[in-house]
Amino acid sequence: MSEHAIHVLYMASAACFILALKWLSAVPTARRGVITGIIGMLLAVGGTLMLLTPEAQAHGWFHTYRWILIAFVVGAAIGVPMAMMPMTAVPQRTALSHAFGALAAGLVGTAEYYLRTPDLDRFTMGALGVEIILGFLTFTASLMAFGKLQEILPTRPIVYRMQNVVNLSVFAASVLIGAWLVAHPGHTGLFLVMIALALVFGVMLIIPIGGADMPTVIALLNSYAGLSACAMGFVLDNKLLIVAGALDGSSGLILSIIMCKAMNRSFTNVLFGGFGQVQTGGKAEQRTVRSASPEEAAAFLEAANSVMVVPGYGMAVAQAQHRVRDLFDQLTSRGVDVKFAIHPVAGRMPGHMNVLLAEAEIPYDKLVEMEDANIEMPQVDVALIIGANDVTNPAAREKKDSPIYGMPIIDVDKARTVMVIKRSMNPGFAGIDNDLYYYDKTLMLFGDAKDFVGKIVKVLEGGTS
Amino acid sequence: MQSELLPLLYIFLLATFVGLEVIRRVSPLLHTPLMSLTNAISAIAVVGSIVIAGKQETTLSTVLGTVAVAASMINIVGGYLITYRMLRMFKKRETKQP
Repeated sequence: MSEHAIHVLYMASAACFILALKWLSAVPTARRGVITGIIGMLLAVGGTLMLLTPEAQAHGWFHTYRWILIAFVVGAAIGVPMAMMPMTAVPQRTALSHAFGALAAGLVGTAEYYLRTPDLDRFTMGALGVEIILGFLTFTASLMAFGKLQEILPTRPIVYRMQNVVNLSVFAASVLIGAWLVAHPGHTGLFLVMIALALVFGVMLIIPIGGADMPTVIALLNSYAGLSACAMGFVLDNKLLIVAGALDGSSGLILSIIMCKAMNRSFTNVLFGGFGQVQTGGKAEQRTVRSASPEEAAAFLEAANSVMVVPGYGMAVAQAQHRVRDLFDQLTSRGVDVKFAIHPVAGRMPGHMNVLLAEAEIPYDKLVEMEDANIEMPQVDVALIIGANDVTNPAAREKKDSPIYGMPIIDVDKARTVMVIKRSMNPGFAGIDNDLYYYDKTLMLFGDAKDFVGKIVKVLEGGTS
Repeated sequence: MQSELLPLLYIFLLATFVGLEVIRRVSPLLHTPLMSLTNAISAIAVVGSIVIAGKQETTLSTVLGTVAVAASMINIVGGYLITYRMLRMFKKRETKQP
């Protein structure tokens, strides 16, 4: 196979990746997008395997491809079960696969370094440095994110004095060593120190990140993993890697910007702000709330013309989405218009709620984006909040001194009646009291989300709870 | 592999702009599948890994290359499969009557 033919394959592969992302923009064409992506990857892998033909002719086919074959089998054996995880585990799975992607880039960079040192020109060594630092820091950072999402590690942010100074010094040291290596690539000892520092920095970067910031951080890690693949393209002079890596990098970047905007915060604030620590010492005054039983809640819902459900991470934790779907069926069969208002940062990764509700077979045209939901809200009879808190807190609109002031929220307080399913009166991730709960039109439904929705459904079905 | 830096930078620049434009249009409904798909695409690192694992120049490079191929393969297989699974769940209308 001539090298030109392989270049053509790579070019076709790059085109496939662009088309794949383009078709993913809307549901009707999205599946076509995935198929195109698969074709792109097959072309790339096929082309690369052909690139090894001269080696195979010299050393024998089996000898050349044996390790690749084994790795293919092992990778597929791990990859398939990882794709079969339930949708509630998608954030963890995504974090873990960012780790694998970044690890691959880091390892290839390391191998390239040892194969070529000390004959590395400055440009190649510079690209190698970027690839390796980004690859290894994303590797440990993604593993940490996985640990927090899987709740192996404590999910609340851990902060200490001088944390940002320490973190930035570790990162700066790693980059400085990288810069030194550009001039003196033969220094293998320093090379290992650079890798170690990048690994440590990845861990330290995630320690102060709380659960509510995970959507932004996952998106950012997505971007880093792409950029390290991109840097590999510069090292190997491979244009396909540059294109695919840049697509991935820009995707992660856009998603993290969307997440930041949805929380009215900046990148630096997310990474270095230590947001989500429970702020104690607020007013602890006792205020009264109205609570309601499943029967009363059912009566309100049944009498409504339109219901807007606002799901949050609590719904995912309680695994309540299938009960919610039963409720949706019951109300829809009574002619109630039920819709779901999705805040961009609801859940633990971008789009998390949509996937959960789609898994529960709720038609996707009933899932409404925040802006559209807010237009409809004044006409809504009942807003039912399930496991969401800060994204519905009117303090974001009204209280200038609130930490979440300026964050776009779903205006549930404009609905005629508000119902909140909540386990207790404990504040949410941001640790901020929610005035919404004390409104006259608000009914608190205390209990586990899955349990409570199940009881409402039972009442609607005509049984007793 | 002495390469010309400028053409590569041009490609990077253009691909980034294409990426920004294409991905800006993705509906928020599909942000999770988008992330798993880009994750699978970023496993394009497999290209570099395969060459290293195939050439087997040193023991170290063979080991690193093989692990890298396996890690990329996890993302390729897992990433495309879960994206496809997710997209199959997005249905517009009920088919069965309650």
